[in-house]
Amino acid sequence: MNFQPDENGYYGNFGGAYIPEMLYHNVTELKNNYLNIIESEDFKKEFESLLHDYAGRPTPLFYAKNLSKEVGAKVYLKREDLCHTGAHKVNNVIGQILLAKRLGKQRIIAETGAGQHGVATATICALMGLECTVFMGSKDIQRQQPNVLRMKMLGAKVVPATSGSQTLKDATNEAIRYWINNPNDTHYVIGSTIGPHPYPDMVARFQSVISFEIKKQLKQKENRETPDYIIACVGGGSNAAGAFYHYIDEPNVKLIGVEAAGKGISSGKTAATIAIGTEGVIHGCKSLLMQTKDGQVLEAHSISAGLDYPGIGPLHAHLHQKGLAKYIPITDDEAIEAAHRLSKLEGIIPALESAHAIAILSMMKFKESDIIIVNLSGRGDKDMEVYSEKFNNKEN
Amino acid sequence: MNKITLLFQTKKNNILSIFFTAGYPTTDSTATILKSLEENGVDMVEIGIPYSDPLADGTTIQQSSSSAIKNGMTLDLLFTQLDELKGNIKIPLILMGYYNPVMQYGIEKFCNKAASVGISGVILPDLPIIEYTSKYQKYFEGSNLSIIYLITPQTPDERIRLIDSVSNGFIYAVSSSSTTGKSNDFDDSQIEYLKKINSLGLKNPIIVGFGIHNKTTLNTAWQYANGAIVGSAYINQLTKHNDIEVATHKLLMQLKEQI
Repeated sequence: MNFQPDENGYYGNFGGAYIPEMLYHNVTELKNNYLNIIESEDFKKEFESLLHDYAGRPTPLFYAKNLSKEVGAKVYLKREDLCHTGAHKVNNVIGQILLAKRLGKQRIIAETGAGQHGVATATICALMGLECTVFMGSKDIQRQQPNVLRMKMLGAKVVPATSGSQTLKDATNEAIRYWINNPNDTHYVIGSTIGPHPYPDMVARFQSVISFEIKKQLKQKENRETPDYIIACVGGGSNAAGAFYHYIDEPNVKLIGVEAAGKGISSGKTAATIAIGTEGVIHGCKSLLMQTKDGQVLEAHSISAGLDYPGIGPLHAHLHQKGLAKYIPITDDEAIEAAHRLSKLEGIIPALESAHAIAILSMMKFKESDIIIVNLSGRGDKDMEVYSEKFNNKEN
Repeated sequence: MNKITLLFQTKKNNILSIFFTAGYPTTDSTATILKSLEENGVDMVEIGIPYSDPLADGTTIQQSSSSAIKNGMTLDLLFTQLDELKGNIKIPLILMGYYNPVMQYGIEKFCNKAASVGISGVILPDLPIIEYTSKYQKYFEGSNLSIIYLITPQTPDERIRLIDSVSNGFIYAVSSSSTTGKSNDFDDSQIEYLKKINSLGLKNPIIVGFGIHNKTTLNTAWQYANGAIVGSAYINQLTKHNDIEVATHKLLMQLKEQI
């Protein structure tokens, strides 16, 4: 299958492990063990049972009748927002923490943008009795307060990343630095399909449960396993990787990744890496990233903290380069508009991240017979401040 | 002959090498810093290429790096400055940085340019060895540039030997599992690690870096290896004192009381 990386972690031109020697030991330990562990029967059994009994899987595949009527095609929502902790992030966290335990690690660290990955990590650490430290950009700490409080209530230590743009990129730098300084007993749970090999592959495998379920659920509902479209938002790309995973080799399924355009791809305030990025190395892997011609990483902007990242996972860079998936930018305003629309039409308040995916529905032309699946990666509780601001403005 | 190789032929021990970030404290500090270090008896200099996301560095080098970028330092500008200085600095100069800015510049062009402005060696800690040997070694060798790789207390012996076979000039032994700028004295396990490296009979000399900030750490490094690299401690002095010459003197006093 062409979406699995080669032994050095490359998807075509992208991936690999561009790490200083200080990280070599930890990353190699993971690389040498992850496949054996996650393919063992004992791991699979525990992973599946936690996904089922604790995270609440399988998540529903919901036929959104009102939305479908408006779009003029059949729209299903994959309800990852109904996972315990409110987003797909928990799938990967359960997997990585079970893996970390098998590697004998006692401490867990994570980076977080919107806070969903941080909350999921804090949650599973509480469940497993592990010490948890979450790095979060100070700007994100301000704009995602509810998630900061949740992490603290779950017993995690939240460390502000005050360098650079004070968002996800910098939280990732801080987590990596902590890992360099604590190499023996700590596992770093990366929350997206980014980072040095084996992270992008490992995270994609743990998230692939999403498309695994879609296949089965669609078969029940439509008597076919393949939809015409799968749409998912992309920051680092984990929910999209999970939603695409079992369909990448299906030529009849159009895969659409939705990037955060921020204030517009030419505005200088954007996170649309595929649209304006170039090849380079970010956080240990070769991929596309937004950078100056001198190779300095640019600060990203998106109203959605979870998409506010200047890079993209190597799998997506590869799918884009090979034309196997299409990536479309959606602005802050379009995403907010879509969130309000989905809330009124279907009674579902999506996360700002997922709202980007919803926004595509009114931008594209579909056939009436088309079956579209939107991966609703998370719920919008954490974003009420942003949503209510716009709402209040409308009222006035 | 490569200046680094020559240095180790003429002076086997007690080598002192200093790291600074190009573009810090100001864009035009490069020449003053290099002259000041050479005049004060420093044996070798690592010039840091500033990068926006220096993930192996502690706060001191991070801040110097982001200041340098704000000041407008780029690889192009650095090469221009070094070109103007060419011939005036006799001690070996090494460029040290993260891979991405060099990748954007173009490796072949980077090697040619570095050699032409008098650089003797390059340290790119996040350039994978396999990528270096399969794609870029020819450019480094063609330009007579040493490539220097890092080892840490966690690097297995087998890998140390691989790194020894690829590196030329010296091996950069990171003193502990940490980012740059730690200020503890060395503990027994670090000394054991340095002794172990000695026992491996490597072809390259060993220079210890990360955490060398005073007489005790410097002397430990000198006792068990061929030399030491000081980075954050110098940047801190540059931050504290407006005058580069004063900063250099203060650093040397801090390290040796007298050089």
